[in-house]
Amino acid sequence: MSEGPVLFGVHVPPHPQPLLAHEQNEGWGRLRAAFEHCREQIELSGADILLVYSTTWPSIIGHQIQAHPEPEWVHVDDDFHFLGSMPYKFRMDTEFAEGYREAAEKRGLFARTVAYDGFPIDTGSVVALSLLNPNNRIPACIVSSNLYANRSETIVLGKAARDTLEAQGKKAVVVVVSSLSNRMFTEHIDPHEDRIHSQKDDDWNRKMLEFFADGRLEDISQLSREIHGQIRVSKVVAYKPIWWMAAVMGQHNNYAGQVHAYEALHGAGGAVISLSPTSHSIGDKEFDEDDVEFYRGDRDVLTQGMI
Amino acid sequence: MARGEIVLGCLAPHPPHLVYADNPEQNEPFSEGGWETLRWGYQRLARKLKDIDYDTIVIFTPHWQTYIGTHFLGLPNFKSLSVDPIFPNLFRYHYDLNVDVELAEAMRDAASDAGIITKMMRNPDFRVDYGTITSCHLLNPDWDKQIVTISSNRNRHYYSVEVMNEQATALGEACARAVELSGRKVVMVASHSLSHRHFVEEAPLPEDMSREHIYNHSQYVWDMKMVDLMRAGNMREVIDLMPEFTEQTMAETEGGGLTWMMAAMGYPDYNAEIYGYQSVIGTGNVIAAWDPNEQSREVVL
Ligand SMILES: [Fe+2]
Repeated sequence: MSEGPVLFGVHVPPHPQPLLAHEQNEGWGRLRAAFEHCREQIELSGADILLVYSTTWPSIIGHQIQAHPEPEWVHVDDDFHFLGSMPYKFRMDTEFAEGYREAAEKRGLFARTVAYDGFPIDTGSVVALSLLNPNNRIPACIVSSNLYANRSETIVLGKAARDTLEAQGKKAVVVVVSSLSNRMFTEHIDPHEDRIHSQKDDDWNRKMLEFFADGRLEDISQLSREIHGQIRVSKVVAYKPIWWMAAVMGQHNNYAGQVHAYEALHGAGGAVISLSPTSHSIGDKEFDEDDVEFYRGDRDVLTQGMI
Repeated sequence: MARGEIVLGCLAPHPPHLVYADNPEQNEPFSEGGWETLRWGYQRLARKLKDIDYDTIVIFTPHWQTYIGTHFLGLPNFKSLSVDPIFPNLFRYHYDLNVDVELAEAMRDAASDAGIITKMMRNPDFRVDYGTITSCHLLNPDWDKQIVTISSNRNRHYYSVEVMNEQATALGEACARAVELSGRKVVMVASHSLSHRHFVEEAPLPEDMSREHIYNHSQYVWDMKMVDLMRAGNMREVIDLMPEFTEQTMAETEGGGLTWMMAAMGYPDYNAEIYGYQSVIGTGNVIAAWDPNEQSREVVL
C-alpha cells in the first residue's frame, strides 16, 4: 500500500565490485543478484522517477542536483581502477531537478543544478543506476551529499524532494547509495578473502539490518549519530543518508523491510535493502531528536558565546 | 649517472578559481578575473621555474583520494576533460599531460620497500584529478615537463592526523631516495590550501572580490602562524604542529602533501620564499617555495 509519492526505497552500497567483478567473489555475486532483484521490482513498480542520494558525491556549495538530460562518460574509480572502466549514459528528469532546486530554496537551503558535459558522476551513482536501471527505462535524479551538512539540513533536503514529487505528481523509487560500516581494508586483498573488517562492524551492521527488516526507518534515523560514532570512519560529520531517506519516505516505522543481501566489500558492509510503506508500525522507540521543516543556517553558537 | 636531486619544493594551492580567473584557452568558462594576489604570485613563481633546470614535476594531490594505499599514475599520457565536481561552473579544463612513468615506478618501488602499500594506476580511462591539473597549470602553463602524480592516502580519516604525518613522512623519505637514484632533477609540489573551511554559498558572480574573505579570524591567525614559521625556516616545527593545525583549521594539509614534501627535502632550515597569501571562498592559501640553492634563493615577499 502506498498513498504517498514514494513507492518504495532501496539502500545499496557504492562499491564497484557488484558491477565490475561480481564473479570474483560469491558475496559480490549475491549483491549483484540482489541488485537485479531490485531492478525487477523497480521495473514492475510503475515509478516515474528514480531519486538517488549518493554518499560518494560530496558537495561544498550547498546541494547539487544533476540536471544534464543525458550525462555520458567513462568513469573510473579512484581506488578500484584496476577492476575496469564504467561507461555510462543516463537519462535525467531535468524538470524534477529544477523543481527540486526550487523546493530546496523555499525551505532555506542553498541548492543548484549542474548540467555540464563530462561532469564526473560518482562511483556510487554510476553503480546504482547501471544495475538498477540498465536501459534508462525510468528517468533519474541524483542529489549530492554536502560535506558540512548535518541533521537539520539533510532532513530539510529530504523533505524538499518529497515536496517536489507531490508538486509534480510523480511516483518515485528512492535510492540511497551508502555502505553500512564503511571501513575498508587498507591493503589489497585476494577477492576470496574478503570479509567484514571487524567483529564490531559486523555486529552493528547486523543490528541495523534487524531494524531495516522490521521496517524501523525512523528508529534507524534517530540512531544515526550513534551508528556514525560506532562504525563510520570520520570522512564526514554524520551518517546522513538515512536522515534523507526517512525525510523523503516519511519519518515513521510503517514499512515492510527486506534485506536482499549483506556482504563484505573490501571490508566495508554492503547491503541491498528495500523498504515499502505499510500501515503497520513496528518498533516502540521514542527519541528526542527534533523534527525540522526549514533550514535557517548555522546557529552561530560559537559567536554567541563570545564577550 | 649523476645523483638526482630535488631542485625546488613548492606549496601550490589548487583552487580552480585561479585557473578560471586566468581564462586560459584550455578552460571552458569565462571570468572577469579575481584573486590577483595569488595569481600574480603564481606568475612570479612560474617565471622562477623557467630559470631552473629540471626534468619532472612530482605532485602529491589531495583530490585523488585513495583508501587502499598510495597510487601513482602509471601510463605515459593522459588526455581528457577535467570537470571539477564541486565547482563545475568554474573549471572544465581540457588537459593533455605526460607522465614520467620510470620515475613513478621507481618511487612506487622505493615506497613498497619501505613497507607502504602501493599501486600503479594503469587504466587509460582514468581522469586525472583537478588538484594536479590546477597546480601544474599555474606553475607551468606551457605543460612542457613530465609529471608524476601521487595519490593521497586518507589515513587521517581511518586513523588520525598523527598517523597521516608519520606515513606521509615515510613516503617522502622513500620518494627522495628514488629521486636520488633516478638521476632526475625534480620539482616537488604539495598541492593544497592551508586552512580549509569553505563558505557553502557562492556569490552570483564567483569572482566578485567584494565578497571574498577568510572564513573566520581563527583560521587566519593559524595560517599566519604557519607562514611565519615558513619564513623563519622552521619547517621541523611546522610539521610538529601539523596535527593541531590540521584539526583546528580543517586544513587541507590533512592529505599529507606538505609533510611528504618536507620529509623528502629534509625539513629545510632556510627561509621559504613566500609568493602570496589570499583567501578563496573562505579557505586560506599560501604559495611558497623552498629553494635548496643559496645562490638563487630569494626573499620574495
Ligand atoms: Fe582542494
